[in-house]
Amino acid sequence: MANEVLVLAEQREGTLKKISLELLSIGAELAEKTGAELTALVIGNGAEALAKTLGEGGAKKVYVAETADKYYNTEFYTQAVVDAVGQSQAAIVLGGATSMGRDLLPRAAARLGTGLGTDCTELRIEDGKLVMRRPVYSGKAYVELTVTTSPAMASVRPNSYGQASLDSSKSAEVVKLAVKDVTPRATVKETIKTAGDKPDLTEAEIIVSGGRAMKAAENFKILHELADVIGATVGASRAAVDSGYAPHSMQVGQTGKVVNPKLYLAFGISGAIQHLAGMRTSKVIVAINKDPDAPIFQKADYGIVDDLYKVVPALTEEFKKLLAE
Amino acid sequence: MKIIVILKQVPDSETKIKVKGDGSGIETDGIKYVISPYDEYAVEEALKLKEKAGGDSTVTVVSAGPDRTVESIRTALAMGADAAVHVNDPALEGADSLGVARALAKAIQDNGFDIIFAGKQGIDQDNSQVPSAVAELLDIPQVNIIAKFEITEDKSKATVSRRIEGGEETIETSLPALFGCEKGLNEPRYASLPGIMKAKKKPVKTVDLAGLGLDAGEVGAAGSHVKILKWIPLPERQAGKILQGMETAEASKELVRLLREEAKVI
Ligand SMILES: Cc1cc2nc3c(=O)[nH]c(=O)nc-3n(C[C@H](O)[C@H](O)[C@H](O)COP(=O)(O)OP(=O)(O)OC[C@H]3O[C@@H](n4cnc5c(N)ncnc54)[C@H](O)[C@@H]3O)c2cc1C
Ligand SMILES: Nc1ncnc2c1ncn2[C@@H]1O[C@H](COP(=O)(O)O)[C@@H](O)[C@H]1O
Repeated sequence: MANEVLVLAEQREGTLKKISLELLSIGAELAEKTGAELTALVIGNGAEALAKTLGEGGAKKVYVAETADKYYNTEFYTQAVVDAVGQSQAAIVLGGATSMGRDLLPRAAARLGTGLGTDCTELRIEDGKLVMRRPVYSGKAYVELTVTTSPAMASVRPNSYGQASLDSSKSAEVVKLAVKDVTPRATVKETIKTAGDKPDLTEAEIIVSGGRAMKAAENFKILHELADVIGATVGASRAAVDSGYAPHSMQVGQTGKVVNPKLYLAFGISGAIQHLAGMRTSKVIVAINKDPDAPIFQKADYGIVDDLYKVVPALTEEFKKLLAE
Repeated sequence: MKIIVILKQVPDSETKIKVKGDGSGIETDGIKYVISPYDEYAVEEALKLKEKAGGDSTVTVVSAGPDRTVESIRTALAMGADAAVHVNDPALEGADSLGVARALAKAIQDNGFDIIFAGKQGIDQDNSQVPSAVAELLDIPQVNIIAKFEITEDKSKATVSRRIEGGEETIETSLPALFGCEKGLNEPRYASLPGIMKAKKKPVKTVDLAGLGLDAGEVGAAGSHVKILKWIPLPERQAGKILQGMETAEASKELVRLLREEAKVI
């Protein structure tokens, strides 16, 4: 029997997260290279209903662990992962480097007594083995590693891979998991939404960020206007957060969020090493700063040396024109 | 209450990282080592809890690392922690997160514990693995990335808020439990001068793996499930196109054109 590349699909409140389809896309590549079967595990309230989408996304088999609890639960999810790995022929297990994956995977790996590479940006097969590449020291270098035990586990940074396309002619065999009984000691009582309808910074494909130069919370309005035009999420530097112009949930960097968009626009951000730590892997970096010697220009692919209060409205107009075409 | 903080010493966040020519690691000359920033939040929360819980509550720092780790341990003691356990064994150099977690879990067990605070991630290899693994090995619940912490009067439960994408989860957990701390949880205090003087007299117990009753071949580098193949420096970044000395309107128009036609991201 062929072994499996098992993708831990992520859902919140019955909605499949984008990372799940990204994992199916890289999972399919790894499965093909190793002659394995691509399978998925989906856990939680309403899990079974999501199996169809995972099948359309390429999973041949979907393990389902349905629960009554509508929230994430570390202890139950850990047991479900361990049971799914036990029932499957998984040689590779992939999850997202999300708040859920960061909590769950190390615990599951410890129980399984196997190795895990977290927050990987690239996975490939070499000599039949999974090689993981991951940024270390806040993106100042990379390491490549392998896991010597089975299954090899990896969590993948969101936006590292494109999403698997859905094909309604494909479907998966559904396997209901009987998860060993657990009585969780820690439980989620409620979730509070702090962001609007925009994708979270960690998932956003375009980010518009403001720094200390924003000078006041109200001034972020112009960045939101620009963001609305190009479908971006708004972020901030720590200086902007610590000065009270933006909440911490918007902070990008070492002690904020690590983001991985295709386009990152930095307005009035100097480019301190701790800020770069959070956005260095962005595919394209644009800096707008009035100081031509600002270090951010050394990391930028494109830039304008000018006053952001002049550039933001001008750019917003230009993007509007372009996107109206 | 027996309050534990697990704390890691890491290169300061300003450190320039240079990969060795043969890709076997990084150059360590001239690196300034500090307490990993998230672990400072863990120390602060532990100290706050001790002040609140009162009685004979103690804060014990547990840290695995080489000789130099003592400096960071002393800093935590100077902030107000009472005692420390320093796990120091050359076999841990190159151990994976699970190996380190095994050593820490055993040291914590030997010391006794009611609650454990950790950082959400070490800013060296950015693994975010050790806290969940320690909780698993001690068979206690964990909550990672916490931004708020409250404990009930009878100290049997805690209610915490955990950051997730686009929001927060409110979680209730029985104790003992482990908490991985996030920025925003508190403002870490500085070590005061009297604190620094006092820290010199506080007990730091040093143990190696054998002293913990652990097999270095299993827990240390030799038993690691994760093998680092090589270290890779960042690729050189091509110089960017920086538009300077142009009219704002003209530069904006050109930037939008470049993003569409050259970078193809819009
Ligand atoms: C342990 C640690 C962790 C940290 N974590 C983070 C983190 O997670 N994220 C983070 O961002 N920082 C972090 N920092 C802080 C970091 O070192 C910098 O202090 C911070 O990033 C600076 O923010 P800034 O670029 O907005 O501000 P500044 O460095 O003050 O830069 C402001 C920039 O705006 C430009 N400017 C001013 N007015 C205008 C205008 N009208 N138009 C255009 N440009 C203008 C200036 O030329 C300047 O370059 C951390 C620091 C430490 C020590
Ligand atoms: N060697 C260590 N000694 C003590 N605590 C550690 C050690 N390594 C990791 N930790 C704890 O685990 C957290 C996450 O570290 P890491 O899993 O290495 O990213 C840190 O913030 C510390 O609280």
